[in-house]
Amino acid sequence: MTAEQGVAIAAQGINKIFNPGADEELIALQDINLNVESGEFISLIGPSGCGKSTLMRLVGDLLQPTSGDLLVNGKSPRAARLDRDYGMVFQAATLYDWRSVTKNVQLPLEVMGYAKDERQKRTREMLEMVELGAFAEHYPWQLSGGMQQRVSIARALAFDPSILLMDEPFGALDEFTRERMNLELLRIWEQTGKTVIFVTHSISEAIFLSNRVVVMSPRPGRITKIVSNDLPYPRDFTTRSDPAYHKMLSEVRELLRDAIGSGSQPHEE
Amino acid sequence: MALANEKAPSLTQRINRRLRYYSPTIAVALGVIVLWEVIVLLFDIQQFLLPKPSAIFSEFMLQVNLWLAPDEGSLLFEASGATFWEAFGGFVIGCGGGILMALITARWTIISEATMPFAIAANSVPIIAFAPIMNNWFGITNPASKMAIVAIIVFFPTMINTVRGLTLVDAGQLELMQSYAATPARIMFSLRIPNALPFIFSALRLASALSLIGAVVAEFFGGPRATLGVYITQEAGAFDFAKAWTAIMMASIIGIAFYLAVLLAERRLMPWHASLRVAG
Repeated sequence: MTAEQGVAIAAQGINKIFNPGADEELIALQDINLNVESGEFISLIGPSGCGKSTLMRLVGDLLQPTSGDLLVNGKSPRAARLDRDYGMVFQAATLYDWRSVTKNVQLPLEVMGYAKDERQKRTREMLEMVELGAFAEHYPWQLSGGMQQRVSIARALAFDPSILLMDEPFGALDEFTRERMNLELLRIWEQTGKTVIFVTHSISEAIFLSNRVVVMSPRPGRITKIVSNDLPYPRDFTTRSDPAYHKMLSEVRELLRDAIGSGSQPHEE
Repeated sequence: MALANEKAPSLTQRINRRLRYYSPTIAVALGVIVLWEVIVLLFDIQQFLLPKPSAIFSEFMLQVNLWLAPDEGSLLFEASGATFWEAFGGFVIGCGGGILMALITARWTIISEATMPFAIAANSVPIIAFAPIMNNWFGITNPASKMAIVAIIVFFPTMINTVRGLTLVDAGQLELMQSYAATPARIMFSLRIPNALPFIFSALRLASALSLIGAVVAEFFGGPRATLGVYITQEAGAFDFAKAWTAIMMASIIGIAFYLAVLLAERRLMPWHASLRVAG
């Protein structure tokens, strides 16, 4: 519903095999088909080893598929990366310790050769957006985990990429902080209209945030089902008491239980 | 948590805090000196075995007076200066070379793979054993012979540590740079070099101590009269132990000062570093 015209990501018949031919050959992804529209918020969820992070990394050109067609904004992932179409947020905030909050947000702008005025203007705006204006001159170690992750989000958005790739960004945070960050992320998403690919372990987080939830299963990593989520935006704490929300929660839980059951080996990753 | 509105402490507060922090250390140092004096007096230990701290101190003051006197000169201070320059020169050449070599090997991995095993092997060789050879190469009274030993001693740990710092980069931080389509040069200057700074400084701290040890021990194998190593061997040989001990004391003072200078530079250049947070 928030989706605008155009396909942001088109994946067809994607396979990813690590160490092909070797003893430790691993089929990380098998026959992945997924279309993501511009402005959509998509969550990838599944047990460890289901390839959800791998899929995100293929989209972001941090890995290359073994076979299949993958187009991002109508280009190859590599071309999209060189065009700086991706903002990335990882589970660890990966801030540069030696840079202040401001300097961290400015990092991509420096790399991309933005003029100084523009860098400062955008950094101020981004820090306002994540509500960290007062902490501009602090160093990362002076911030809490949630604040660090907010800086990381500000950094990812500073150069206005069209796609935001988030790999379990709130996985290391406590439940309380995580729920607050979820609300904040939705606000930012609605404000900016980015396409978001969000990898998570948390069912409630996936449902609360996304337009669609991609449920994946391991060995080999594949898509079990794509669950559409019609809960209206803007979502807030009342969303979590909506019966439709709970219905979806049990549906995805059921799907994941089947997914884990189908995994043949007891040890994961 | 409370960092945002914490007020900076005043100068006197800071001095007081420092004094309180270091007072146990100072007390221990004074205690050891007093105990030493008492033991020498109590057990009537011969002067040539272990001189009293008071005797060493009065010998030291004598040298200070000679040093300050307009027409006189102090061999001790002259020797201290000479040894300092040997250690410092070797430190600059060796550490500079080590860092440079690390930057080159980090740029071309082939060179790194070819040279690192040698560097690690060379790091466990007792370089000081080459001192007589350096004396032959450069001349026994030429400070370059001692500088060369010091430079070789500090070169390998500096190079190894710097290579580690340049290569042990957080995978996420590196992927971030890739997502920005950053050039290798940009990754080097914005990520690898800042990441290596703590590694480099821990090597420099080690090197600051090693360089003085290297210089003094190299002088034991021969050198000009006015160097601390030669001074110590000659005065000890002449049974003037108070004099020998003043030279040991000077070597210690220079070594500690050197170490502190590196520490100060570290704090100036890396105000963010984790190991500095505790002392605040």
